[in-house]
Amino acid sequence: MSLSNEQVGRLARLARLEISATEIDATRTKLDGIFALIEQMQAVDTTGIEPMSHPQDLATRLRDDVVTETDRRAAFQSVAPQTEAGLYLVPKVIE
Amino acid sequence: MSRSDWEVVIGLEVHAQLNTASKIFSGASTAFGAEPNVQASAVDVALPGVLPVLNRGAVERAIRLGLALGSHIAPKSVFARKNYFYPDLPKGYQISQFELPVVQGGTLTIRVGEGDSAYEKTVQLTRAHLEEDAGKSLHEDFHGMSGIDLNRAGTPLLEIVSEPDMRSSAEAVAYARALHALVRWIDICDGNMQEGSFRCDANVSVRKWGAEQFGTRREIKNLNSFRFLQQAIDYEVQWQIDTIEDGGTIQQATVLFDPETGETRMMRSKEDAHDYRYFPDPDLLPLVIDEAWIARVRGEMPELPAAMKDRFVAELGLSAYDAAALTAAKEIATYFQAAVDAAGSNIAKLCANWVMGELAARLNKADLDISASPVTPAQLAGLVSRIADSTISNAIARKVFDALWNGEGATADEIIDKQGLRQVTDSSAIEAMIDEVLAANQKSVEEFRAGKEKAFNALVGQVMKASKGKASPAQVNELLRQKLAG
Repeated sequence: MSLSNEQVGRLARLARLEISATEIDATRTKLDGIFALIEQMQAVDTTGIEPMSHPQDLATRLRDDVVTETDRRAAFQSVAPQTEAGLYLVPKVIE
Repeated sequence: MSRSDWEVVIGLEVHAQLNTASKIFSGASTAFGAEPNVQASAVDVALPGVLPVLNRGAVERAIRLGLALGSHIAPKSVFARKNYFYPDLPKGYQISQFELPVVQGGTLTIRVGEGDSAYEKTVQLTRAHLEEDAGKSLHEDFHGMSGIDLNRAGTPLLEIVSEPDMRSSAEAVAYARALHALVRWIDICDGNMQEGSFRCDANVSVRKWGAEQFGTRREIKNLNSFRFLQQAIDYEVQWQIDTIEDGGTIQQATVLFDPETGETRMMRSKEDAHDYRYFPDPDLLPLVIDEAWIARVRGEMPELPAAMKDRFVAELGLSAYDAAALTAAKEIATYFQAAVDAAGSNIAKLCANWVMGELAARLNKADLDISASPVTPAQLAGLVSRIADSTISNAIARKVFDALWNGEGATADEIIDKQGLRQVTDSSAIEAMIDEVLAANQKSVEEFRAGKEKAFNALVGQVMKASKGKASPAQVNELLRQKLAG
């Protein structure tokens, strides 16, 4: 399987990555390489093997339902570009 | 063609906010109404290097729902990343479940309509999965910018998805109401719709009767009241029918309901908006739920509304309608059960009548929830017991109820004694009253003797009045007939 430049452009847009026209061919070639590897893996017969969602066969750790965090707004907002009335300000997201 | 040529098909997705103390993946508080961003931890604001750790309490609530719906509780389920960009989602993805949700399948039986036309229907559940909520965007004017509050980010949600089994807005509302009652009943969600703790998305399509394929659906997002749910579906159905009958086609879309205009309108959606590129979250190992955990939760479950309803019919002799009404909400059922426990199950029917009649009417008038009723279950039981043993008549009972409501006494007995309301059963006392009434109403007596039955009722009324309502009407009837015959 190989990708078209159009598909690469769409993936870049979804990931909010800016890929210039000069970079797109090189990016496509690299992605094709990854797909070749996936194809190789998919060729392995996995009949009867339960799919895993994680390379380690372990269960997730759970925490008790207890409030352990305190207010650290001032510290977090000290690195934010713009805040007001306790809110993070961002470019307007609706018209 | 008209609306009746079309079949309506509805499936609901409900987001129930779980009533945990802390967030699903962090130890920040979930309390409502805090100052902006004071309950947003490093995990919630997505600082680099943080890792999510799953809240046991959120999982336990999912298990409770699964048990209540008779679902399969997955021994192993997987968290996935749902990728999209929005400022109130600082990670750039929402942690949700995709291919392997924690709760799979299940059913919920609903009661649709009122009175004789009411019917039962069993709705199939597709799944319920755990996920985190996003933050909140405030679009008031911050110098042309939007304000972001991340207090809600990471709040645990259960997204409960039904099959497209509903066939009218009434069925959709009945299902949403039943689910709302259930999540509160099993204490996993406070159900506060104004605060957004229980939000509905409705997938709506129409098709010609008999068509095998579903029509193309549109999804109405974020309906936060049952009234809006009904209005939005009704509007959407008519819009889809009109569109098709005018020669148009329905495009799959996400729409918003505007309560001001009562209309649905398409959300701005970019072409790629729905390509979420789900994949298993590498930060979270699979969620494993063993049989012992499920067994423990099962042991802690309360009696469910459906089982309680059946018990009320079988053990207390209530009608199916009464039993359904009394188990429509946990608070009502709890109140009724407490009243019956105090009064005795032999007079459960009378308790039911009072809970659904006088009490419900008074609570409604005063805009009070039954859990805040000024008349306690024990007080109501005391009152009902005195009706059952003929100490007071129904009419007097309403007086006693008023007195209890107004706090004029601690028990019905106290009020009955203090106000001298005990029913007069001494027949010589009643006969004396009858004699007085007959002497003062000779005209009525003559009319009765001339065959006017109405005159008899007037005489009974006079005697009742003379007794200040304390005589038993049946007894007055009997004694009066004897007197007039004699």
